[in-house]
Amino acid sequence: MATIVDITDEKALEVKNFEFTYNGAQEPSLKNITMPIAKRSITALIGPSGCGKTTLLRSFNRMHDLYAGNRYSGSIEFEGRNILDAKEDLIKLRTNIGMIFQKPTAFPMSIFDNVAYGLRLQGIKNRSELNDRVEKALQDAAIWKEVSSRLKNDANGLSGGQQQRLCIARAIAVEPEVLLFDEPTSALDPISTQGIEKLVIELKERVSIIIVTHNMQQAARVSDYTGFMYMGELIELGVTEELFVTPKERLTEEYITGKFG
Amino acid sequence: MNPIKKRMLINRIILILSSLSALIGISFLFWILSVLIMNGVDAINWNIFTFEGAPPGYEESGLKHALIGQLIIVGVATLIGVPLGILGGTYLSEYGQKSKMAYIIRDISDIMMSAPSIVIGSFVYAIIVIPMGHFSGWAGVIALTIIMIPIILRTTDDMLQLVPSTLREAAFALGAPKYKVITSVVYRGAKVGVLTGILLGIARVAGETAPLLFTSFNDNFLNTDLNEPMASLTVTMYNYATSPYDDWQSLGWAAAFILSMFILGLNIVGRLLIMKRKGR
Ligand SMILES: Nc1ncnc2c1ncn2[C@@H]1O[C@H](COP(=O)(O)OP(=O)(O)OP(=O)(O)O)[C@@H](O)[C@H]1O
Ligand SMILES: [Mg+2]
Repeated sequence: MATIVDITDEKALEVKNFEFTYNGAQEPSLKNITMPIAKRSITALIGPSGCGKTTLLRSFNRMHDLYAGNRYSGSIEFEGRNILDAKEDLIKLRTNIGMIFQKPTAFPMSIFDNVAYGLRLQGIKNRSELNDRVEKALQDAAIWKEVSSRLKNDANGLSGGQQQRLCIARAIAVEPEVLLFDEPTSALDPISTQGIEKLVIELKERVSIIIVTHNMQQAARVSDYTGFMYMGELIELGVTEELFVTPKERLTEEYITGKFG
Repeated sequence: MNPIKKRMLINRIILILSSLSALIGISFLFWILSVLIMNGVDAINWNIFTFEGAPPGYEESGLKHALIGQLIIVGVATLIGVPLGILGGTYLSEYGQKSKMAYIIRDISDIMMSAPSIVIGSFVYAIIVIPMGHFSGWAGVIALTIIMIPIILRTTDDMLQLVPSTLREAAFALGAPKYKVITSVVYRGAKVGVLTGILLGIARVAGETAPLLFTSFNDNFLNTDLNEPMASLTVTMYNYATSPYDDWQSLGWAAAFILSMFILGLNIVGRLLIMKRKGR
């Protein structure tokens, strides 16, 4: 049985008995996951390659539904309802639960249009409101100074780190409740990585964050809670310092001391 | 001989051989082009654009009928073929994806692309011209559209598939519905590639003669009614160039010149777009 820390604060999400099987796969990729996600805090997911971190993360915004044949059971509670319900409005869900990918995903359009993309989807047409919210998002993502003079330029002209911050700006522009990060710095240099980490910590005042990372130092630096996954199961979820200093599970200890993975 | 010297020697031999063969190929191309330009430029004068066809020996004869007929046939074929090709390509890349149906359509259009155009001409002859009882501009339009659709369909399919799936996912993750993801992100990402496919598709059908011979046939005078036989540059060129009359032959050169320049222009723009895309 997994060791799950008791989270007494408000929860952003609550995963219960979640099981997930990819299209065509014999074995489920996620088995019996039960996991609370604390509100307005950062939860890191660590574990060896292929243990199911990305699979779990992409379950929170039902990204798996884009591809036919994936099966899941159990429940994920968000704002008092089970988002795995067939009746869930995925468009609304995804504006509430945003996602940042491993590689920057700047759209082939101007910097401004990138950030305005989600806002326009919500039907905001008013020019001055768009301008204000784009500027605010870019400022919150700590990239406004670098791009304010070239908002009309193609977003692909930005550096990798800038593009990743642009993607964060784009995601926070629609004011989501939860942000999902899948190894957001693995394609970036150390300086850009530092910038993103600082940003993630600042963002937790407003959003609940789940971040997948391969880098245990990164998990230790930024997160409040850390979940250790192994072979499709959540082995341990704990307060970050406690999990890294006094892990309760033998597997967790072996992983963080580098015995495998 | 030391190995480095030997390698340099082989390198030099290969370089000379390949440059020579390139030179031979290019010199034929330039030969054709220069003959075309010399004869074509000589044959071009204002009358060509203002007068319709006339019997041999008449001063006042031109290609106005063929130019306008060509524009109408190719233009209408483009208007029908481009949207159909793009929508079909969109289906393959975004909806059909790896389904059996999608692969069957891809295979069929690949076969269609390499089918001799005269086969398509005879097909349209059988299903349109014979039931109608006469040649018509529409029959020509349909023949060219059939040739154009698989080209545009396959380039669109390929170009859309080149757009990384993470880009699509990123748009979905912002709450975009599928049609929005396709129109606002995927099309944008593939814009230049799709446009290039369209240009190359138009260039391909603009030079077709065989499928028009059986369909739109010809008319020595200006006709803008697609229900009637209609002149085109290619068929006119074919008729004039094979005629025994000097003045008709000269008009044939002019038609060949105008058509070649048009297709060359389309190809150059297409290539420039591809280069721009790569340079980015
Ligand atoms: N599209 C897919 N179809 C089938 N199986 C998949 C698919 N994607 C992932 N898997 C499998 O699901 C399991 C979990 O993969 P997942 O990508 O979630 O791992 P991860 O923890 O994110 O690994 P990494 O650290 O390498 O990113 C793996 O065994 C993987 O092979
Ligand atoms: Mg992963």
